[in-house]
Amino acid sequence: MTARDEHALEMDFAVGRHDFAAAGEVASRVKQVLRQLGIASDLVRRAAVATYEAEMNLVIHSNGGKVVLRVDSERIVVEACDLGPGIPDIELAMREGYSTASDEVREMGFGAGMGLPNMRRCSDSFKIDSSVGRGTTVTTVIYIAEPGS
Amino acid sequence: MTVQEIADALGMACVAGSSGMDREVTSGYASDLLSDVMGHARDGAIWVTSQVHQNVVAVALLLNLSAVVIAGGLQLMEDAAARADARGMPMLSTELPAFEVAGRLYRLGVRGEV
Repeated sequence: MTARDEHALEMDFAVGRHDFAAAGEVASRVKQVLRQLGIASDLVRRAAVATYEAEMNLVIHSNGGKVVLRVDSERIVVEACDLGPGIPDIELAMREGYSTASDEVREMGFGAGMGLPNMRRCSDSFKIDSSVGRGTTVTTVIYIAEPGS
Repeated sequence: MTVQEIADALGMACVAGSSGMDREVTSGYASDLLSDVMGHARDGAIWVTSQVHQNVVAVALLLNLSAVVIAGGLQLMEDAAARADARGMPMLSTELPAFEVAGRLYRLGVRGEV
């Protein structure tokens, strides 16, 4: 995002560990904001799905964190950052069906091991940075316009 | 078909979100895994599940689904019902098991997206 882009927007949403009651609220807000900005509905949908999965990952797996939404004229960026515990094996975490969620969480229909793959499918660019003991940042980018166009 | 027409045809009760009963049902999806639904259900789909907590409503709203069918005689949790009422997301309830609900929806002309 560039400083000269006067349409740039940045919003932060805190997400608490195991806060299942509030789960989905960040995604709902993101969807609402993007709609108000007049973003095309298929892009809004992809961003909402990616945000929901990011939010659920924070609720289920993290020690708490936040989701940051950044929008400018070129792209939508959804970034989820947490305070740990970190992902020891990212390749394994990306495998569809693999999950470290507890039985209790799985009974609610979460922990199917599809969250990160869903996020990747919804994004034009997708990145995970993780350090065990420190935390994880998952970045999803959805292009509104072709880069540089 | 609208949610109301489907509910009438299959004898399903609307237990919450009745203000959305005129939503148009354009496809169907059945799953109890929320991320599976997130990844695959389409806009306007009616979702058959045995999950009863409020995250079901959150998923249905995010995806603009037309309705949720709680199968197998399970009871929707109160906080979920309140959320569905507030946002007009129809939650239908039936004693029929999920397989049977999907079959009867199919017979009414509702299709999955494959």
